[in-house]
Amino acid sequence: MPILQTIGLEKRFGGITAAHDVSLAIEKGARHALIGPNGAGKTTVINLLTGVLKPTAGSIMLGGKDITALPPHERVRLGMARTFQINQLFLELTPLETIGLAVSERLGAGSDWWRLVGSNPAVTGEIVEILERFRLADVMHARTAILPYGKQRLLEIALAFACRPQVLLLDEPAAGVPEAERQELLATIAALPEEVTVLLIEHDMDLVFSFADRISVLVNGGLLVDGAPEEVARDPRVKAVYLGEELDDA
Amino acid sequence: MAPLATDVSAYLARRARWSPLEIAFWMFAFATIWLFPGKHLILTETAILALFALSLDLILGYAGIISLGQAAFFGFAGYFSGLIAKYSIVNEPVVALILSGLVAAALGFVTSFLVLRGSDLTRLMVTLGVSLILGEIANRYSNITGGADGLQGVSIAPILGMFRFDLFGHTGYTYCLIVLFVCFVIARRIVYSPFGLSLRAVKGNTLRASAIGIPVNGRLIAIYTVSAGFAGIAGGLLTQTTAFCSLDVFSLERSADLLLVLIIGGTGYLYGGLIGAVIYKFLQDWIASLTPQYWQFWIGFVLVVIVLVGRERIEAWTAALRAFIVRIGARMVTRQAAVDRAVPDGN
Repeated sequence: MPILQTIGLEKRFGGITAAHDVSLAIEKGARHALIGPNGAGKTTVINLLTGVLKPTAGSIMLGGKDITALPPHERVRLGMARTFQINQLFLELTPLETIGLAVSERLGAGSDWWRLVGSNPAVTGEIVEILERFRLADVMHARTAILPYGKQRLLEIALAFACRPQVLLLDEPAAGVPEAERQELLATIAALPEEVTVLLIEHDMDLVFSFADRISVLVNGGLLVDGAPEEVARDPRVKAVYLGEELDDA
Repeated sequence: MAPLATDVSAYLARRARWSPLEIAFWMFAFATIWLFPGKHLILTETAILALFALSLDLILGYAGIISLGQAAFFGFAGYFSGLIAKYSIVNEPVVALILSGLVAAALGFVTSFLVLRGSDLTRLMVTLGVSLILGEIANRYSNITGGADGLQGVSIAPILGMFRFDLFGHTGYTYCLIVLFVCFVIARRIVYSPFGLSLRAVKGNTLRASAIGIPVNGRLIAIYTVSAGFAGIAGGLLTQTTAFCSLDVFSLERSADLLLVLIIGGTGYLYGGLIGAVIYKFLQDWIASLTPQYWQFWIGFVLVVIVLVGRERIEAWTAALRAFIVRIGARMVTRQAAVDRAVPDGN
C-alpha cells in the first residue's frame, strides 16, 4: 500500500482548473520527484497535499487514512511535513529556538504553558541531533534573519524534519542557493534517513535525476507520465514539454 | 555530542533566567511602598494600569492580536466584583478577585471566536464593538449597575479578613502591587514556556506555524482567554480599591490609553506595559499639575513625537526614558527627604 496516495484530485479556481485528475501513489521509503514546467500545477498539488488548499474533488490518503478534510496542523501530526519554495522561517527566533519549537510541538509539549522551554531532556536531545544532522550547530544562537541563505535553506528542511515526518515534501529545496553552499545542501538531502519517504518538487533536472527513483511529470494541471527515471527520460512527450519538440518527432 | 547538548540546555535555561535588572526593577517597585507613602493613590492607579497593559501586551506583543476592546473584560470584571461585594455574595477580596479574573476569562473565551475572524482592522472593530455593547448593556440595566451614577454602596471587606482598606490607599497599593507581581510572574512563565514560544511562532509566520503542526487558532484562543482574565483582574482591582464602579470602565479611552501605554513602553518583552504605565501616569500627573486644562494636548503632543521618532527607534527611546525615570526617581527620593527634613516628625 502506498504511504501517500491521491485519487482523482482536482482543484478549480473559478473557471481555471489548476489541477485535474491527479492520481499519485508514493511508496514508503521512495525518493519520488514531481516535475513539470512553470504553471503546471506543482505548487497547487503540494498545497492540496498539505491542506493549505481544499480540493474541489478527489481524496488524499496518508498511511491508508483519508486526510482530505483535515487542517494542515493535523496532517503534520499524522506524519507529513513540508518545506517551502520561498523560505517560511521565524526570522526573530534562533535556529535553536526554531527547532526546539517544532520538537516541543511534536512531543505534545506545545500547549504546556508552565514548564520552561528546554527543561525537558527528551526535547533537548532531539534538538541536538537535528542541529548536527543539518549542520546548524555553529549558527544555532544567531537570529534566523541574519543567517546566510544556504543555512536558511538547511533550516527550512531541518524544521520540517523536526516534525519527524513519514513523508517529507521538499518544494524546490535548492532554489536560489549559491553554488558554494549548494553541495552542503545536496549532501544533507541525500543523507536523509531511508525510512523517510521524500516527495521532491523540483525544477533542476540534475538534482531530480541524481536523487529520484521515481518521477511524475505534471503538465497543465494533469499527470503526463509516471515512472522510473529512465522511462521518463526516454518519454517523447516529456521531451516535448521540456525541450519544445514536436510530439510527432517520436 | 555531550558538549553541544549541555550548550543547548544551558542556553534554553538561560533564556528564562531573571536578570539583575529585572530583580532591581521589582525591588524598587516594592520599595515604593515605603519610599513614597504620599503617592500611594496615583501608584495604585499606575499598578492597575500596568496590569491592564500587561494583559494587552500578552496578545499584542506575543500573539500579534491588536485590540481596542480590552476595556470589555476590565469593565465586566469591575462590575462583577462590585456586585458580588455589594450583595455580600463573596466578601473576601482575594477570592472575589480570582472570580473576577475567571468570569472575564470566560467572556474572553466566548468572544475570542469573533477575533479569529479577519485581520487587524476587523479585529480593532470587533473588539471595540464588544466593549461598546457591554457598556450599553450596563447603561440599560441601571437598576443593577446604577447606570450613569455608577455602582453605589460597594463596601470591600478586609483582605484575607486581616488588612482593612484605608483612606490613603496604603493597603490598596500594597495589595495591587502584590497582585501585579503575581500576575507578572505567571505571564513571564507563560511566555517562556513552549506555549509562549509557539505564540511567537504564530505571530512571526502563521503559515509556517501551522505547517509544523501548531494549531494556530487554538493557541490564539488560549492566549486571548488568559489576556482577558488578566484584564479582568485589573478591573476587579479598580473596583476593590475605589469601592466604586462606573460606566467609564467600558470607555473607548480606557482601551485606547492601553495602546498609548504600550507605544510608550514597547511590546513583546513584558516590561513595556509596566514601564509605559509608570511614564504615562506620571507624565499625565505632572502635566496636569502644570496646566490643568490642557494636559490632554501635551499628552497628545508627546505621543505624536514618539510615533514620529519611529518604531525602529522606540527601543532606544524607551532606554532613554528608563534612564529618565531613574533620574526622576532619584530626584523624588531627594525631594521627599527634603520634605521629611523640613516638616518635623508629627507622629
